[in-house]
Formats: sequence, structure tokens, C-alpha cells
Amino acid sequence: MSGEATPKSRLSLWQAAWVIARRDFVAILFSRYFIFFLLGPLFPLVIGTLAAGVGQRVDDATAQTDIAVAMAPADVDAMLRAQGALQPTLGPTLPHMVVLRRLAPGERFDARAALSRPRGNIAAVLTGTPAHPVLTATARRAEEWKGAVSLIAARALAKDEPVYPGVQTVGVKSSGASQRVGRVHTAQVSLTLLFIVTIFLTGMVMSTLIEEKANKIIEILAAAIPVDALFFGKLFAMFLVSMVGITVWVTAIGGLIELAGMNPAMLGGFDVHNLPTPGVGWPLYLGLAVIYFTMNYLVIGSVFLTIGSIAATVREVQTLSMPATMAQIVVFFVATLALVDPGGPLEVVAILFPLSSPYAMLARAAIEDSLWPHLLAIGWQALWVVLFIRGGASLFRRKVMKSGPQPLKLRRRDRRAAPEVA
Amino acid sequence: MDAALGQVESTRNVGRPLAIEARGVVKRFDGTLAVAGIDLEVPEGAIYGVLGPNGAGKTTMLRMLLGIIDPDEGTRRVLGHDRPRDVARLIGYLPEERGLYPSMKAYEAIAFLGALRGLPLKVGRQRGRELMENHGLGYAAERQIRQLSKGMAQTVQLLGTLVHEPKVVVLDEPFAGLDAFNQGKLENLLRSLADNGATVIFSTHVIAHAERLCENVAIIAGGKVPYAGSVDVARDRIPAQVRLETARNDGPWRAALPADARHEGAFWYFPLPDSGIEPLLRALIEGDAGILSLSIERAGLHDAFVSIAGEAAAKALEEHSPAEAR
Repeated sequence: MSGEATPKSRLSLWQAAWVIARRDFVAILFSRYFIFFLLGPLFPLVIGTLAAGVGQRVDDATAQTDIAVAMAPADVDAMLRAQGALQPTLGPTLPHMVVLRRLAPGERFDARAALSRPRGNIAAVLTGTPAHPVLTATARRAEEWKGAVSLIAARALAKDEPVYPGVQTVGVKSSGASQRVGRVHTAQVSLTLLFIVTIFLTGMVMSTLIEEKANKIIEILAAAIPVDALFFGKLFAMFLVSMVGITVWVTAIGGLIELAGMNPAMLGGFDVHNLPTPGVGWPLYLGLAVIYFTMNYLVIGSVFLTIGSIAATVREVQTLSMPATMAQIVVFFVATLALVDPGGPLEVVAILFPLSSPYAMLARAAIEDSLWPHLLAIGWQALWVVLFIRGGASLFRRKVMKSGPQPLKLRRRDRRAAPEVA
Repeated sequence: MDAALGQVESTRNVGRPLAIEARGVVKRFDGTLAVAGIDLEVPEGAIYGVLGPNGAGKTTMLRMLLGIIDPDEGTRRVLGHDRPRDVARLIGYLPEERGLYPSMKAYEAIAFLGALRGLPLKVGRQRGRELMENHGLGYAAERQIRQLSKGMAQTVQLLGTLVHEPKVVVLDEPFAGLDAFNQGKLENLLRSLADNGATVIFSTHVIAHAERLCENVAIIAGGKVPYAGSVDVARDRIPAQVRLETARNDGPWRAALPADARHEGAFWYFPLPDSGIEPLLRALIEGDAGILSLSIERAGLHDAFVSIAGEAAAKALEEHSPAEAR
């Protein structure tokens, strides 16, 4: 008898994967988990915004520090006038001054003692005269302000009003340096977004096979289709779900910005209309971003799916998810760190290591304009996806799909672990 | 056990091609021998029972036949294919541990199980509804699996196993968890499948099901198959039992009884002598036994199982058999 398959006597790998993906996609999309998935990114966003708001308020309350002036009345007035005259020209670099005390003739003033008493936002005390000012402050503050104080004192002593010529400014969109910095920022933002989206997805992927195990469907699936197809199907379903999610997020954010006329200032000065152009240009960069998001999800997802598939219970998945998430954070940090050394050993390692490769290549696309490394990298990452899924499927079949008596050593271990029953 | 044990009684002479064939199949898990060289031949269109106590290796063997796991040694063929998954569309499988997606509607679950075997979803949905209707569950077709009783969910899964009209149906402990009424319905369903040309192989630890349904059985114990062949041949391996009731307790007729005859209550039990019934009758009459009754009882599959697999295996089997099925 031949071992050849009768035509159409089984589903192909992709057909089988599609059956799984279709079922999972519909099941997830119409479940409450999808709502959580959609709302998921809001939690860090809301917490981040709240934290930033609170931080800003605290900062505002403590940021403005004053120099308290304790001099003879005429000197105090001269110093404050000079500070007021210089303020429009020098702006916020000039320290703010307040009157601490108008000294009577011959009166001595202890600046150290005044500083040691908590009073307002006084960070330094200025005594002496405009000709011989004495600044009492911490070393850092004294170093920071001594030039400004000297300038104010000089202006207070000047008999003639100096003329400050206006400076004509010519604006350009970018310089070599600003372009480089801008591209690095683009890379950082892209990596962060990629990381956030992936970390949400992989967490869900990890637990995706638990349903099949808990409901004992896994054996039916394993009997009907290759385990590789099961893995691919699960990954595709979650990928499709993520695409729906991303579409919703982008539409919502885009709608907020465009329709509601959101001011860039409301996004912390982040002007979406004037983002620095990435190395490969915007159209290609967006295309590569989609590809690297897909590859990143598939590479990391396949590893997480394998880890999750070996876990027997939700509790085990929860236990495994913490180190897995930590590992993802480390990968993200390595890829981000590689930004400071383009072409250096760290970037090469980040590109070659399959789990950080999509991050590193997306960063590279933001900074460099060459395209051929991307073709190689995508091929390299695809190879690892296949290897991970094949390896995971094989491990799954060996470790999970077995029955019969437990091996002797396991039984002994179980006996030792088992509580004694009286 | 005699010398013939451990051999597969060939079914080729029946003239039907083999749907399933296993030769010297061995499986180890972490060094533990789960299946120790099993040979099996299941003819097309047969209802074939795999009989053995829990832990005997039935599930492992079925999983190997289906290609869920690969054997460490030996070969298996399903419908002529070395790789069973190559003919996955032609196989239906009901595992011992039943399971469906709880949020799926019943007819959708049937369609999904069909889709896994290549049945288009649209056709599967239509057949799912029809099958449920035909089995008296039409009213529950739109219900979610979690809303069904255990027995109903089990039926839905069985229908999902059959929705793509497989040529080979593999059922692992299909009677487990069913009440006597549904066990009877399932027996009828299996018979009708075989009548329509499907090959049915099922594992069970309930001898009565195998005895009622199967032409051929494999007895599996400790990962080995000490007997595989026809039920009749298995029963014929044990001599028929004579049950004798006499008017007198003692007399010259006692010399006609074999040495291993047992006396229980009013009856004597002993194997039918090789010489047949006539010489025995003559000796009893001439010895003035005063015969009140005499019957010759053919050995049952249970006796054959005890003889082949041993007392321990038979006891293990009985311990797990539901009382109503025995």
C-alpha cells in the first residue's frame, strides 16, 4: 500500500490554520476580553497622564525659587529695577528677586540664618551692595546664579540706559543635528509604541491555549490538524484581533486630533504634523512599521505561545507571564540602547537576536536610509518564526499529548511531594 | 495463557481490506513502556472493540493510530496511509476526555468539528442542524454548549465526530458517562455506521458492549495485546461449561465427572469433555445420577478475557465498569 495521500484527504497547513484563526478571531472579537484589549492601553495612558499632571503641579509649586535681597533700601530698589529691566530680554534665565529686608544704616544681617529658616521659595540671599554683592546659597545655586546676579548688579550701577539691539531671526525646518535628533526621537517613539502593543498581545497569546486545555478540546484539534497549524492559527487570530484594535485606536486618536482640533500643545508639544522624516521616508517607514510589528508579534508570540502551551493551568500561565514580560522589557531596553551606537556591536547583536531584531530594525529604518538590510532582516525573522513554531509544536506534542502511566521517577517525586493522609 | 496468545488472528481471510493495521507498535513515555509491541488488524466496515482496564494502553494506542503521537517503533496504517493525518478528512475521533468550546452554539460546534476535517462551514452548519433534529435535539441547536446538559453536550460532540461522514470512526470510551438508555442509542448508532460501510473502532472497559457490538476485539492489558481477533474464536478458546443438576448427591455416576468439577448449590459445573456430551450422558444415566437438568453453556467474552488477560486484568476491568452495562 502506498503512503501517498489521497488528494484533498486532509487540510493543508494554511487551511487548517485558517479554521483555527477564524474560530478564535470571532470568539475573541465578540468576547469581553476584546473590550479589555481595547481599553488596555488607556490604563497606562490615564495613569501616565495623571502622574504627569500631579508631577507638574508639584513641580510648578516648587520650581520657582527666588533670590531674597537684604540690602540698604536704595540698593534693594536699584537691584529690583535692574532685574525688571533685564527680564524682557533675558527671559526665564534670569532669577526672580524678592525683598527680604531693607536694612537700616549699620544693621548687620545674618544671611545663613535667614536661609536656614523655611520661608517661601527662597533659595539664595543676596546681601552687600550692588558694587559688592554677596550671594549666599548652596554651591550649585551659587554657581548657577552668580553670573546673572553680576549682570543685574552691573545694570543697577549703570548710569546710562544701555540699548539692547533686536535680533532678527531666520527659521529653518531642520539642521543636520536636529534631523539626527529628530530621527532618534522617531525611533524611540516607534519602539515604545511597538513594545506597548506587543506586550499587550503576547500576554493574551500566552493564555490562548488554556481554553482548549481547560475545555479538553486540544486532543480533537491535535487529532485533526497539525499542531503547527494550531499554533499558526492562534497567532493569526490574535494578529487579526490586534489589527482591529489598532484600527480602533488609530481612528479614535486621529479623530480626536483632527476632528476635535486638538492643539499639539495638548499632546505635550508633540506636533504630529511636523514629525521628523525617518531615514527611509514616511511611506516606507509606515510600511516597515507594519511589517516589523507583524514580525515582532510573530517572533515573540510564537515563543510565548509555546511557553503558554506547556502550562497546564491559568495559574501556571500567570506564574510564567511575569518573567516572560520582564524578558520582553530587557529586549526592549537592549534595542533602545542600541540607538546610541548605530552600527556598533550592540546594534548588530540586537539585529541578530531574533527577539530584539524587529525593534532594532525599526529603529534603524528611522535613522538610516538603506533598504537592503531590511530585506535580509525580514527573511531572518521569518526563519525564526518558523523555527519557533515548529519547535514549539514538537515540544507540545511530546510534552502535552501523552497518556499512560507516569514514569517511575515522577511517581516517586509526587509521592514525596504529596501530603500525608492520616 | 497458551502458546497461541499474543498472536493476531488474521482477518485477511475474511476478504475485506484492512482499514487499520498496526505492526509491532511500541511507545515509551520518559522511559516507561506504555505500549509494548502491539499488532492489530481492523477490517473495513467492522465494529472493532479494544478491551482493557484503565491504564492498559488503549488511549495511547488509539492516539498512535490517529497520528496524534508517533510510535517509537513499529508501523501503523490507516486506510493504507502510513501517516494517519494524511487521511484526516476520512477519520472521525471522539476522545475519552470530551470537550467543546462552551460559548459556541451547538450546531456551530458540530460545524467546527467538521471544518477541522475539511467540511465547508456552511455545509457543516446545515448538517449540524439536521443531525441534531434527527437525534431529537433540534430544540437545542441554537443553545450554547454551556447551556446543555452533560449528556446532550456529549451527543453534540459525537455528532461533530460524524458530521463529515468519516470512513473510519475512532471512539475512546464512548459509553463512559452515558446512562443505560443513551448507551443503547449509541450502540444502535454504531451498528448503523457499520451498516453504511464505516469502520468503527472503540475502546471500552465494559465487556458487554464489545460482546454485543463487535465481530472482532483486541484485548489489551499492560500495554500488550495478548489476543486480537474474532469474538467467537476468543470464546471458543474456552471449553463450553456443563451445568448439571442431579437427584442424588453421590453414586457411581460421580466417576463420570472430571476432577475439576465444582459443586455450587444444587449444581455441578465443569468443562465439556473432549469426548463430547453423549459419552457423558450415557455414564450419568448408567451411574443412576437421576438427572434433573443439564445444560451446556458457551463461554462468554468475559470468561475469554479472564482466560486471556488473567484474573488481575479482569478484576481491574470490572472495578471500572458501570453496573448497568455489565
